[in-house]
Amino acid sequence: MTAADLELDCRGMLCPRPVIELGRRYTEVPVGGIVAVLADDVAARTDIPAWCRMRGQEYLGEDGRGRYLVRRTS
Amino acid sequence: MRQGSGYLDAASSEPLHPAARETLLAALDRGYADPRRLHGAGRDARLLLDNARAVVAECLGVRPDEVTFTSSGTDAVHRGLLGLRHRSDAPVTRTAVEHSSVVHAVHWAEAPTTVVPVDRLGRVEPTAFTGTVGVVAVQAANHEVGTRQPVAAVADAAGGVPVFVDACAAMGREPLPEGWDVLAGSAHKWGGPAGVGVLLVRKGTLWTNPFPDDDRGDDRATGFENVPAALAAAAALRAVVEERDEVGARQRTLVDRIRQVAAEIPDVEVVGDPDDRLPHLVTFSCLYVDGEAIVTELDRRGYGVASGSACTASTLAPSHVLEAMGVLTHGNVRVSLTRDTAEADVEGFLAVLPEVVRDLRAQVGL
Repeated sequence: MTAADLELDCRGMLCPRPVIELGRRYTEVPVGGIVAVLADDVAARTDIPAWCRMRGQEYLGEDGRGRYLVRRTS
Repeated sequence: MRQGSGYLDAASSEPLHPAARETLLAALDRGYADPRRLHGAGRDARLLLDNARAVVAECLGVRPDEVTFTSSGTDAVHRGLLGLRHRSDAPVTRTAVEHSSVVHAVHWAEAPTTVVPVDRLGRVEPTAFTGTVGVVAVQAANHEVGTRQPVAAVADAAGGVPVFVDACAAMGREPLPEGWDVLAGSAHKWGGPAGVGVLLVRKGTLWTNPFPDDDRGDDRATGFENVPAALAAAAALRAVVEERDEVGARQRTLVDRIRQVAAEIPDVEVVGDPDDRLPHLVTFSCLYVDGEAIVTELDRRGYGVASGSACTASTLAPSHVLEAMGVLTHGNVRVSLTRDTAEADVEGFLAVLPEVVRDLRAQVGL
């Protein structure tokens, strides 16, 4: 499992809460750092990559069951 | 303010066209009898039904004997698509963005299924259908994002395999695409009454009823036809086809304006093809916004819109269309214009939209 600088446990949250958590807290890691979002809401698999595209961050993929990895690029 | 001016959900249902209303009221008193019967009242009903069929055929550029009225657009999709499968193991190749009526029909039939992916605009690549066996299902244009599909090119690529086209979102608003063998439409989406679907089966197409037979004369029909509603649907279709150049051009201008203003709101993505699309609808997604909340807030301000976000759908899953396109599924808003939507209605909507988005984001600290 890829190590992350910040783990956001969003299990049990419905859309758009996991993406809101990501949007509020990703700046807690330095540029180049990795945020992991643990989410079981099905919308996360579309919305987290879409958030990365819209916000200019790098989507690294899903690591295991519902753990989405994002690299802060700016 | 004009009644219904804030209603921006024509893609769910267009208000009844005045031409349909007049025809419906007149036909209610005349079209009650069973069109199969040989008495005078039955012949009268048969005349009305045949008239409706002839008008629809003329408007759509098909033969009258290719037209069947069904009980809904969904019914036309189910019958039309499944009737092209002649073996219980016949496969279906469909686009990833078909309407749920297509998805459910294929699932119900337990057909081996191939799902063809779409690009970010929601469009299939025709060559993906090369070498297809069984039946192809491809929509004329998407009901959620408006993107047209290259139906004729898909049919060419599929090479002789029967092609089913769901044209429910497009029928009346645009000429039918080329390349279909069976096609479905829905009257309440063009301003006819609800409860009337149109099933077109191209002459010479091998189509067999997938459901129990009925003895209606037309083996593609089942149940007692709603004769007055079919006639009203035909009257609305004729009016809509006559008006569509003018109405469509006006709607395109208004949709372009909505696309432009929505795209200027921070973190809002307008989705679907900007040009090769239906004239009357536009979809965008707002980051960090709850779909149900934005629909509710817009409704409070007098604007009725639809959303493909999970929280607003009847299932807990987000729109499979948005998912297939890889675009944001939350905070989704579909705006679709009626034939009467005026510039002032659109400007009123656009005046409240940015503050609604801003307020909802502020509530979650963003």
